[in-house]
Amino acid sequence: MAELNGKACPPGDYPVVVIGSGPGGLQTAYSLARAGVQAAVLSADDSPGGMFRRFPLFQRLITWTKIHAPAERGTRPYEWYDWNSLIGEDPALRALVPEYMDGTSYFPARHEMEQGLREFSDRSKISVRYGCRWESTRAKGDTFVVGTSDGEFSCRALVIAVGMTEPWKPANIPGIELAPHYVETKPVAEYAGKRVLVVGKRNSGFEVADALLPWARQIVLASPRPARISVLVRSTAAARARYLQPYEDHVLGGGNIVLDASIERIDRTPEGRFRTLLKGTTRPGDLALETDEIIAATGFGTPLGDIGQLGVKTFYQGRLPAQTPFWESASVPGVYFAGSITQGSIGLKKYGIPSNSAAVHGFRYNAVVLARHIAETRFGAARPRPAIPPAEVVPLLLAEATRAPELWNQQSYLAHILTFDDGRVLDEGILPLAHFVDANGPDGVAMAVETDAEGDIHPAVYIRRGPRVEEHTLASSPLLEFDTAEHVAQLTALLKGLIA
Amino acid sequence: MPDTDEIIDVLGGLSLFADLSRPELEGVAHTFEEEWFPAGQRILRQGFTGSGFYVIIDGEAAVSANGTQIAHLSRGDFFGEISLLLGESPVADVSSTGSLHCLVLAGPALQEFLLAHPSVMFRMLQALARRLRASNQWRS
Repeated sequence: MAELNGKACPPGDYPVVVIGSGPGGLQTAYSLARAGVQAAVLSADDSPGGMFRRFPLFQRLITWTKIHAPAERGTRPYEWYDWNSLIGEDPALRALVPEYMDGTSYFPARHEMEQGLREFSDRSKISVRYGCRWESTRAKGDTFVVGTSDGEFSCRALVIAVGMTEPWKPANIPGIELAPHYVETKPVAEYAGKRVLVVGKRNSGFEVADALLPWARQIVLASPRPARISVLVRSTAAARARYLQPYEDHVLGGGNIVLDASIERIDRTPEGRFRTLLKGTTRPGDLALETDEIIAATGFGTPLGDIGQLGVKTFYQGRLPAQTPFWESASVPGVYFAGSITQGSIGLKKYGIPSNSAAVHGFRYNAVVLARHIAETRFGAARPRPAIPPAEVVPLLLAEATRAPELWNQQSYLAHILTFDDGRVLDEGILPLAHFVDANGPDGVAMAVETDAEGDIHPAVYIRRGPRVEEHTLASSPLLEFDTAEHVAQLTALLKGLIA
Repeated sequence: MPDTDEIIDVLGGLSLFADLSRPELEGVAHTFEEEWFPAGQRILRQGFTGSGFYVIIDGEAAVSANGTQIAHLSRGDFFGEISLLLGESPVADVSSTGSLHCLVLAGPALQEFLLAHPSVMFRMLQALARRLRASNQWRS
């Protein structure tokens, strides 16, 4: 694959082109290769790692890796506790991030994460063309032509894995351009003794406020929506516990402030300070705030280039492409997404709890499933569907509910599915739950793990008989043990008549 | 794609939110999530727990129970509230009939939202009363 100048993946025709060399792109390319499909991976960066080469700003990730875990490192059950490593089949490719962690924190440092990703890329020998910038995209018959700084690539399936990495600010705030974005935050010492307004109350807003606590004179966090806290709304998409010190400071009257207010306009004063007008949302009232500094922690969008002109539809103010349950563009077949962009495929989102597709521990499994799906539906490489003896169905499903990392890390989103075909039971493996419950298919059962409105985590069983799919909830368990005699009896009764 | 201003304008034009001030509408625009569904996507699933409250801001949807279509929804209509108010699973499916753009509130957040916005609760009550009247007329 190497050219004379040493670059992998020269321009040309490939079955699949993957754009991006972060964890989503690497996992997809690796899993495609395992399914026998060749992909050219194109990256504008000069080494693997994607956003972890730059973010989070303050060095440590918000996804943990448990070095001393209940499961043996390198096994499939261990993945449940290691939210950061990519998924390899060869033992040399498994659980790589903990290999590089120094053990002083539950959360890897950025360089530890980057090292784990680089090792995965090197050891798996994924061919990536670095320093190759994606510039244009067009459809030509049933292929896509990807124009890059190094020439043209054509493919039958295009996978876009560029991350939600483009600094984004709302367009409707006059003066917002005066506010540096989160990515432009200065070294913390430069905020010493200053009053700072942070616009935004999601993770990047709380992260930056947390880092400024020892420095800033006063921090005001403001955005229209009340802060959503992960432990209260049970979602990794909400503000994470480790960044909550500024919030506790506010609640206990420490002097830093968290406001629910819309930002009406931002101006510079003659002295070079910032004057911001705010309107309360949960508590009506106008406020004027003068601060020395302002930081727009207003989030990120996806750098989707020109694919809008192919007809790829977006939502969330253009920041995410609309997707099918298999992460294919809802409007342009053949264009797929991997990595954090897959949060745009929403799934069942029960009780408002989103999937973990925005983070590595969720989207790495989406990528594995996506690669097999592309290999099967576009290149005729059928997924294995081994037959299961009927007596093993109940133990298999309960073991999955108790230990499967895909089910625990992608609750109500990925499920282990068995289908029933003329007296035989076939193991379909891990698939999107939304696909099982909404698409027609043979009779079957899907096992998922879910959290209910009370915060109880329990197995959920979906059974398709003919055109209807019914949902059943198995008992929760304070020690998360879902393979007890009670569970066996419950599941056996539910499957009565379906297995011989 | 609409920016927040356009979503606020759309919300202000829907009868459900007609009594809210602009800052309140902005709060609503940020409290609800925006979701987009392709044609033929099931959004509310009969018999499934954990559903949400949806307001259609663009597009159309069909309500069907046990496979039979019973109603048609379009811009400004809302769905999902009955099961949330009763604490039960939905008794019907709602599916998009074309591309559908919605604002969504997680089920557990509906009660707090309605208590904080009594005018929205009153408008919802009116809409439910109209539906009840229509269904009684249909029966008689």
